[in-house]
Amino acid sequence: MTTLTNNAEQSSEQPAVVVQGISKTFNPGTPEAVQALVDVDLSIAPGEFVSLIGPSGCGKSTLLRLIADLLPPTDGSIKVFGKPAAQARIDQDYGMAFQSAGLFDWRKVAANIELPLELMGYSKAERSARSAEMLELVKLPDFGDHYPWQLSGGMQQRVAIARSLSFKPQLLLMDEPFGALDEMTREHMQNELLAITAELGTSVVFVTHSISESAFLSDRVVVLSPRPGQVHSIVDVPLGERSDDTREEPEFFEKATEIREALRAVEAGL
Amino acid sequence: MSAGQALKQTARPSILGRLNQIPPALIVGVVFFGAWELAVRIFKIKEFLLPKPSSIWKEVVSQWSGADGTLSTAPLKAAGWNTGYIAVTGLILGLVFGVALALTVTRFQRVGGALTPFAVAVNATPIIALAPIFNNWFGITGNFSNQAIVMVVVFFPVFINTAKGLTDVHPDQLELMRSYGASDFTILRRVRVPNAIPFFLTSLRLAAPLCVIAAIVAEYFGGPQDRLGPVITQNASFTRYDSAWAAIVVASAIGLSLFGLALLVERYAMPWKRPAEAV
Repeated sequence: MTTLTNNAEQSSEQPAVVVQGISKTFNPGTPEAVQALVDVDLSIAPGEFVSLIGPSGCGKSTLLRLIADLLPPTDGSIKVFGKPAAQARIDQDYGMAFQSAGLFDWRKVAANIELPLELMGYSKAERSARSAEMLELVKLPDFGDHYPWQLSGGMQQRVAIARSLSFKPQLLLMDEPFGALDEMTREHMQNELLAITAELGTSVVFVTHSISESAFLSDRVVVLSPRPGQVHSIVDVPLGERSDDTREEPEFFEKATEIREALRAVEAGL
Repeated sequence: MSAGQALKQTARPSILGRLNQIPPALIVGVVFFGAWELAVRIFKIKEFLLPKPSSIWKEVVSQWSGADGTLSTAPLKAAGWNTGYIAVTGLILGLVFGVALALTVTRFQRVGGALTPFAVAVNATPIIALAPIFNNWFGITGNFSNQAIVMVVVFFPVFINTAKGLTDVHPDQLELMRSYGASDFTILRRVRVPNAIPFFLTSLRLAAPLCVIAAIVAEYFGGPQDRLGPVITQNASFTRYDSAWAAIVVASAIGLSLFGLALLVERYAMPWKRPAEAV
């Protein structure tokens, strides 16, 4: 995860995401109008891992949904791999995962992972090969034939991540995907996510509430301030390749402290 | 649990141990009919108030394929078959219309906004009260008046439940599908319809006994005489209550069979459900 140093390589490629002058107002022109985001700029390099953190109501999930073209912006433009966000959605250039695994009860685990491939018209043989590969990747090789209810919460979340990666998108959009997991499972999943995205060279935009999670996973942490949502500051986290030891290193704590102080400044309205 | 049972059985290989293996429902049934039979005998209850289960059963057997001559009511077998036919065809019509309207309402929200209050108003009307009107509209010589009553009765729970299943999808799942660039139709087919199956099957379980009730009550109001409804009213008016009860037994057997069938469908149509949930 040292993509920030690969400047030469980056300049030759399209940025994964470019957010320019984005504003979002819900219910515009009504008494319930809410300014969720104002004038946000953000650029994410290929292979880069960027976290969005901030107090509730700062618009971090909104920003993620704007990048995903699940919401239209009020103002500004978003490019994903050089294309308008709407085109990138139609072309399935990104994968998505949420706090709830959101698996479909009626599909077996393998069929859940294969759903995006089905919609993209992959053949049956290609689909089963890919789902087997993905199950291997998330360390659930023997669970393809199970129904979701037979899996624990952590396992379901791993299936959801396998599903979001099944068509090998170059961008992953994640909204607190580990929010519902216990601490140990969460750390384990963080390690796995980094290993998988490093292997596939995936860029990640990751919404989280957790300071330590953002410091551990990210190349950069974007701290947002609420009402209206704006980029308060961006913290670089050049900790090199992560391992479980990283969580106990002084540099890691320094970075976590830096993020925490930025969040306190946000809360204090500075 | 099973270890505890085994222990108990080796310790006391008694009647109690063997009783444990009989389904509780069967025990309740035997006790219920036994108490009924005994109560009628002991308290000498008049047969026209409450016949003994044994006399009712005798009537079922003797009137199964032909009346015993004192009354010209239809044999129970034929009457049961006809009433069953009305109930099942009405049920199927109600299912088809209920599901069709639920799909329409889900697919076209504005149509839904216009139609749902109307459907609710229709449901608030005591539909059985329409039976004489339906007889007037559709005639009393054929089955259709009665089938139409069954259809309207069945329609509503099916419509409401199925529509709920089609719309009650987790928002994350909808966003996920849209992130794949899926069209509304794809989302309907891949997510909404499978999501609605448990809801639909629940409504089927409600509708299965309901359709028999609706058929018999509709038959009370007129139509051909070789049906359970007229058999019950005619026997009752000639104080042949044991024969009336015999027809009720046949009706409840039809209702139970349909209910059991609905349970079976529910079990086998949803292999993805937790076993405990599939009841």
